[in-house]
Amino acid sequence: MVKNRLAYMFIAPAMVVMALLVFYPLFSGIYLSFTNADQFNTTRRIGANVIPASYQFIGLQNYTDILNIPQYEFWRVFGQTVLWTGFNVVPHILIGLALALLLNRKIKGRTIYRILLILPWAVPSYISAFVWRFIYNGDIGLLNNLMRDIGLGSVPWLSDPGWTMFAVVVANTWLAIPFNMVTMLGGLQSISPELYEAAEVDGANALQKFLNITLPMLRPVMMTATLLGVIWTFNSFNVIFLVSEGGPARATEILATWAWRWGRDRSEIGIGAAYSVIILLILLVFSAVYVRVLNRRGQESAL
Amino acid sequence: MTTTTRSSAAAKSRAGGLSQTQKNLIADILTHATLIIVSIIMVFPVLWVVSTSFKPQAEVESSRITLIPQTFTFENYDHVLNGLTYTVQERGADPYEVNLFWTWGRNSLLIALITTTIGVLLAASCAYALSRFQFLGRRAVMIVFLITQMFPGAILVIPLYNILNDIGLLNTWQGLVLSYCTVALPFSVWMLKGFFDAIPYDLEEAAIVDGCSPVGAYWRIALPLTLPGIAVVAFFNFMTAWNEFMLALTFMTGEANKTLPVGLRNFVFQFNTDWHYMAAGSVLVTIPVMIGFFYAQRYLVSGLTQGGVKG
Repeated sequence: MVKNRLAYMFIAPAMVVMALLVFYPLFSGIYLSFTNADQFNTTRRIGANVIPASYQFIGLQNYTDILNIPQYEFWRVFGQTVLWTGFNVVPHILIGLALALLLNRKIKGRTIYRILLILPWAVPSYISAFVWRFIYNGDIGLLNNLMRDIGLGSVPWLSDPGWTMFAVVVANTWLAIPFNMVTMLGGLQSISPELYEAAEVDGANALQKFLNITLPMLRPVMMTATLLGVIWTFNSFNVIFLVSEGGPARATEILATWAWRWGRDRSEIGIGAAYSVIILLILLVFSAVYVRVLNRRGQESAL
Repeated sequence: MTTTTRSSAAAKSRAGGLSQTQKNLIADILTHATLIIVSIIMVFPVLWVVSTSFKPQAEVESSRITLIPQTFTFENYDHVLNGLTYTVQERGADPYEVNLFWTWGRNSLLIALITTTIGVLLAASCAYALSRFQFLGRRAVMIVFLITQMFPGAILVIPLYNILNDIGLLNTWQGLVLSYCTVALPFSVWMLKGFFDAIPYDLEEAAIVDGCSPVGAYWRIALPLTLPGIAVVAFFNFMTAWNEFMLALTFMTGEANKTLPVGLRNFVFQFNTDWHYMAAGSVLVTIPVMIGFFYAQRYLVSGLTQGGVKG
């Protein structure tokens, strides 16, 4: 009892701030998504005069509009977001795992490779986005200069929908590999060497050891990395916003940037808030299903 | 270990034609080849921007590829550091000129330092309680921090914009600090809990038996022992705030109120693109966090995966 009260004292400051800064905005965002808030009816300041907000509750209209009115392009952007997430997370995990396996071998220069390979992580993501936009530049970009030098001609990296999706996925993969590699490497190094020794005594070959020891032991780490990867990629604002600007013709717009465009660029705050709530719902449902499936499998394999 | 594995495996592979030593050699060569190629891919864009930052504009915009600048110049750095002037015109005050890069840098530094301080101060005691005390709702609190850490700014940006507008904190550093705490606080709690978990409770227990209060045990024993961990968490909070782009872009509109990320965007998106200035600015803002990153990154990964796996 005394311990309880003390614990609550310890957590109180952080919880109060969380309530004010996370939960209040979260619920206010949910409320905003049921209103017609825009730049004309939210709080306005003209000089020292403050005109209070006058937006009104309109029920589910923002949601039905988003789902039904073509200009909101929900289904198209949703599809693009799913593609973007899939195209990213699968290679992130596979390349991260492959590099971790290589780095986990006892070879010379491991430390140097490790430092070189995590370099992109040390660069602010918005800077990396600038750099990739520069590299993809149609006229003076490194890639097209290279393509012309070897006689292949220019590629419309950021002006053709298909190429642009490819280009932003490559840029984002470059950014994400270090995290995945280091995470997997940590997982690999926590596997007890005794397991491998025992398998060798039993005459297991490299592939058998990988399939029967490495993969099952690495599973929790891989599953966590995948979940985090999906959530982060689904919302990765900087790469899309700065490399392709969602273009050409909105072909690489994802829900996170799209919500921002409605809420901030076009000042349709109600629509933007509704889009944010939709993102949250999609991720919550995905995470819940994912964790549930994961736990069920985990219990089976434990039996 | 390797000698025993080799001899037992060598016996098996004799039938395969290649000896185990030969197989190992081939595997090593392939490993090195792959790692070298991937390392080049990972490093090259960074080298490219460093190289670009020392090139004159004409060379940057030429179609020749030169990793080593043909004409080496500091002009881009000079322009970014000294040449970006802006006249601030405030109501009822005389207009005055500011150097934009230093102004953005000061804004970024101030905001990052305050965010870091608030984040760590509030998080430390909370993380300690989660690590040491059993109390009703402990698991719920932990899940709340885990989930809020995972759910990023894209969801809160619109409501935060509206709230900051209501209370008149749009376009102010205070508003940005408040919004950065939404990220810094859950992250710090979760990381610091890991660091407290790593210290044995025995010392504090012994102190409490000797008549020290639980608060004293936290303040005089646990906290000093966790200082290295606190430094790491503080660094990551600093780096997150220093590198944050989306919220700053949304809230900070006045040219002199911007942070470095939003300010540097001008080089890429305003009027004509100044890649040579972008490159110099990029190098300048990256260097301060890059060095610290290499020291601190190992803790980040263990913190994240532990958090995710052990819940």
